[in-house]
Amino acid sequence: MAFPEPKPRPPELPRKRLRTLDCGQGAVRAVRFNADGHYCLTCGSDKSLKLWNPLRGTLLRTYSGHGYEVLDAAGSFDNSSLCSGGGDKAVVLWDVASGQVVRKFRGHAGKVNTVQFNEEATLILSGSLDSSIRCWDCRSRKPEPVQKLDEARDSVSSVKVSDHEVLSGSVDGRVRRYDLRMGQLFSDYVGSPITCTCFSRDGQCTLVSSLDSTLRLLDKDTGELLGEYTGHKNQEYKLDCCLSERDTHVVSCSEDGKVFFWDLVEGALALALPVGPGVVQSLAYHPTEPCLLTAMGGSIQYWREEAYAVEGGAG
Amino acid sequence: MAALDSDSDEDLVSYGTGLEPLEEGERPKKPIPLQEQTVRDEKGRYKRFHGAFSGGFSAGFFNTVGSKEGWTPSTFVSSRQHRADKSVLGPEDFMDEEDLSEFGIAPKAIVTTDDFASKTKDRIREKARQLAAATAPIPGAILLDDLITPAKLSIGVELLRKMGWKEGQGVGPRVKRRPRRQKPDPGVKIYGCALPPGGSEGSEDEDGDYLPDHVTFAPKDVTPVDFTLKDNVHGLAYKGLDPRQALFGTSGEHFNLFGGGSEGPSNLLGDVGLSKGRKLGISGQAFGVGALEEEDDDIYATETLSKYDTVLKDEEPGDGLYGWTAPRQYRNQKEPERDLRYVGKILDGFSLASKPLSSKKLYPPPQLPKDYRPVHYFRPMVAATSENSHLLQVLSESSGKAGQDPGTQSRHQLNASKRGELLGEIPIQGSATSVLEFLSQKDRERIKEMKQASDLKAAQAKARSLAQSAASSRTQPSTSDLGHCSWHMTLGRGAATRASNFKPFAKDPEKQKRYEKFLAHMQKGQNDALEQCLDPSMTEWERGREREEFARAAQLYVSSSATLSSRFTHAKEEDDSDQVEVPRDQENDVSDKQSAVKMKMFGKLTRDTFEWHPDKLLCRRFNVPDPYPGSTLVGLPRVKRDKYSVFNFLTVPETTSVPSAPAPRAKAPQLQGADKSRKPSRWDTSDQEKKEDSISEFLSLARSKVGPPKPDSSPSGNKEDEQGPAALSDKTVSQGVDSQTEGEASRPSMDLFKAIFANSSDEQSSSSEDEHDASESDREETEEASPKSAQEAALGEASVTQGAEPAPAEPAAPFPIQKMQIDEREEFGPRLPPVFCPYARQKLETPHKEKHKKSKEKHKTKKEHRRKREKKKKHKKHTHKSKQKSKKSEKSSSSESTESSDSQSDEGVLDLSPQELLRRLKRLPLRR
Repeated sequence: MAFPEPKPRPPELPRKRLRTLDCGQGAVRAVRFNADGHYCLTCGSDKSLKLWNPLRGTLLRTYSGHGYEVLDAAGSFDNSSLCSGGGDKAVVLWDVASGQVVRKFRGHAGKVNTVQFNEEATLILSGSLDSSIRCWDCRSRKPEPVQKLDEARDSVSSVKVSDHEVLSGSVDGRVRRYDLRMGQLFSDYVGSPITCTCFSRDGQCTLVSSLDSTLRLLDKDTGELLGEYTGHKNQEYKLDCCLSERDTHVVSCSEDGKVFFWDLVEGALALALPVGPGVVQSLAYHPTEPCLLTAMGGSIQYWREEAYAVEGGAG
Repeated sequence: MAALDSDSDEDLVSYGTGLEPLEEGERPKKPIPLQEQTVRDEKGRYKRFHGAFSGGFSAGFFNTVGSKEGWTPSTFVSSRQHRADKSVLGPEDFMDEEDLSEFGIAPKAIVTTDDFASKTKDRIREKARQLAAATAPIPGAILLDDLITPAKLSIGVELLRKMGWKEGQGVGPRVKRRPRRQKPDPGVKIYGCALPPGGSEGSEDEDGDYLPDHVTFAPKDVTPVDFTLKDNVHGLAYKGLDPRQALFGTSGEHFNLFGGGSEGPSNLLGDVGLSKGRKLGISGQAFGVGALEEEDDDIYATETLSKYDTVLKDEEPGDGLYGWTAPRQYRNQKEPERDLRYVGKILDGFSLASKPLSSKKLYPPPQLPKDYRPVHYFRPMVAATSENSHLLQVLSESSGKAGQDPGTQSRHQLNASKRGELLGEIPIQGSATSVLEFLSQKDRERIKEMKQASDLKAAQAKARSLAQSAASSRTQPSTSDLGHCSWHMTLGRGAATRASNFKPFAKDPEKQKRYEKFLAHMQKGQNDALEQCLDPSMTEWERGREREEFARAAQLYVSSSATLSSRFTHAKEEDDSDQVEVPRDQENDVSDKQSAVKMKMFGKLTRDTFEWHPDKLLCRRFNVPDPYPGSTLVGLPRVKRDKYSVFNFLTVPETTSVPSAPAPRAKAPQLQGADKSRKPSRWDTSDQEKKEDSISEFLSLARSKVGPPKPDSSPSGNKEDEQGPAALSDKTVSQGVDSQTEGEASRPSMDLFKAIFANSSDEQSSSSEDEHDASESDREETEEASPKSAQEAALGEASVTQGAEPAPAEPAAPFPIQKMQIDEREEFGPRLPPVFCPYARQKLETPHKEKHKKSKEKHKTKKEHRRKREKKKKHKKHTHKSKQKSKKSEKSSSSESTESSDSQSDEGVLDLSPQELLRRLKRLPLRR
């Protein structure tokens, strides 16, 4: 106690590209870290889902079984299973080790934009173009979803799950938060079609990106606007956004080939990281470290902070 | 239990003890299985049922079976050491504890010894002894025991004797009265109210004994009241057959079922003594004669039914015997009860009543008159009207009222007022003469209506008959006229209530028209309505028939509609079949929210909160308690709304237009000429190119004259394909095919044009289409704004050099984007980013790979050439049906056009540096 509190390290941003991986699966529709951030998943437009070690750049396994391009994927908390959804309107539960399809949930009427496990990986929540979120039970053999959340009036572009909430963004310009504990649905009107939503890591705020090239940070409980982040370009495509590992920065893809970092509190642009000429389609932020994955075209990039020293060596 | 009874149901009587109420969550106790139902003694040891006296059986040597180690002597004590205190063992030492208990062989209970035991207690034993004596082979043997009374007397008797009491006397101080002669029949007890007749006094008077004054007598011995319970179901005082009677075979006598027991046992000896050598023992049927009996008299005839009374009757007085104890009773003949006609043996414990019962008074039935005829007939109910007076007369004649004057009505046919009239009373004014007066106006009307209906029916029947008669005798118009009159009457009344929409002759419109005309005339009250409306061209027979039909229809349906309409009402509410369940809460008033968003007033204004019911399983999977544990609802609460309302399924239309407002404004010049067949989607960015569309349509129309398949099927090249044929996935191709079909559906005229112009311009187009295209596009560019040309140029560059910066270029380039939109026409919301060729980007970023890149591109250009050639071949073959092919050709055509317009070779385009491309792109006017 005699020692003063150590000054918190100034947040570092991943500026250094360590690796570029050509995934070889067509366009990479989404890139996702696994639960602990050691591995990543890439969803390809050639119907395949691939598991990588992004640091070493090694392909661990290819999961094939989708009938159309894979649009989103997620890993379970224990890394034992994966789920993915794609243009074939199916949600697939994979076994990581064997690469086999464990379950295939059919029922969506449109392509599945986004999938998420719940905390215990007992449910898969999938948001689809058919403007519904369906909760699939991984435990039982029921072919029907446990519940269908069809409050959205348009395509559901983003679904996020916390321990007792389901956050969804829809193209109808609303962010809906289903609170299971309270049994209530909070619907926040944003206006512009929503491309991505996410919880802040402290669970108090929701970050919403919409097609008016704006990110908004909303208070989760009241729906008040806490911050607005502009400067990037997001007018057409479904692009990802997220918060940095310590909630210090807001990160978003952009259609002009950059990744934008804003200071969360000040709202000032901290960094515009040029990735490439195309659209940065997807990004994923490491859960604990300043480490970023971006997807552009058919490849993914692995970014670390400047001070990061490669210990694994080039692979 | 008690508490339960007191508070819940006090009226009920409960037997037994109730089961313990079960605890919450406790399972009902299982019954103990048989093998565990053990019996233990007081000390908790297992009890074995052995030994014949305790309900078991002896098993093994000294009941050792079942014990732990068989039987072992309990204690062995060496007699050497303990010789001195060798105890004498009694039988108890070898007995089980059970044997000493109450029901064992040696019960150790406190009992009165024989000295103090009363004699009354072993009555059963005496009876058994008597029976044994009677059945014993030596008959008198046990009776001797009675004679030789044992010296042992109970202590009470001894004490009494010492006090001077003698057998047969009463207990108490001596009295100075005449001695009671001991009644031989002490068992007479008096019940009831009537005092017993003072028989004793009378008898004493007659006895006239000498009674000295100084002599005192012992008090009368009182037979104690027999308190033995009646524990059988026999009649009162029934004792069953007396064994002595039955067994000692008094053959000459009747068995008397009553009163056998009243003879004391003292008689027994006398009887036996009187029997004078009659054998004891069972004699009678089936028993035969014992070995000790000398004579075998009538063994087969001792029992006959004649010995029994079959009828209850008076005993013959001459006999002098009333039962088997009669002779002694007979002496009391002078007593008051002797005048009774039936004096049998008075039942034990009963005495004759002194007063006779007062006899019931009987009332004789009334005397019937002499001319009474026990026949009933039913009087026919005929109301006296003028029509049926004849019938009435007949009926009354038949019922024996022939003598009655038909003119004078019987008094039963008069009502009160008539009778009053006859009597000359003044009828009461004002007050009601009819029940109708008391009814409300409404009820009265209803009754009237009903009455009318019934009248109508009657009239209808009448009309029918009349019509028939009219039909049969058509030549007589007078009868038919009469019929019309009746119709008029009925119809006039029913016209008001007629259902106007009823069409009995709907099948035949002509007839229906005539019928309606007929009705109209009828309503106006025209007598010749029927004649007027009938078709003059009809034959007489047809006319008559129709007349009849009309009349019947009119009356029938008037009446039925009148009665039916009074019973049914119209439904007030429509069926809700056209309704559908929709969420109760709607996210509405988007306009407010829109303005709130504009003002950045997020929060309350933009937030809607709804009650939402998660599924139970969902809660379980989330490890969250169900927020609405009682509800079966899932999702949002729902209400019923109109099924066909668009607003159930869509939000208010403002939402669609408003959020996308900025974009259209930016793209305003391009927005017109919307494709009508498109599905409306607010986020569909293809709106931008709609004007483009119309123009390009025009252009393609123009082009189609020259080069049919390329421009019109889809006027622009697929940008994805252009950019990276290598990366072209089957997905995009198939998508393209899908979209193509839709595109064609929206514009079928193109095919038409193709079909018309294809063969004519085929040959030239194959060679000159590039130029044509180029010229067309040039023309287009000149016509349109400058952005267009720039875009065109950019497109060309991009297509050749694989898009240095495709994202900005793509929205600017009109044709490719349109293509994209066709591809993703069905999609809503933000699109997926296009598939870029990874190598292109890598080339930009990593210059060292450029060589490889270039080779790739060369390869690509080769491919394009090949395609061109293929296409030309195809054109020659006139194959433009396959959509995919046409698409491919169109791709190549666009590339060709750009090539031609740039008038550059592939190489030249390839030489274009990325910087140059960027520069060009920057020159492009941005969309927004």
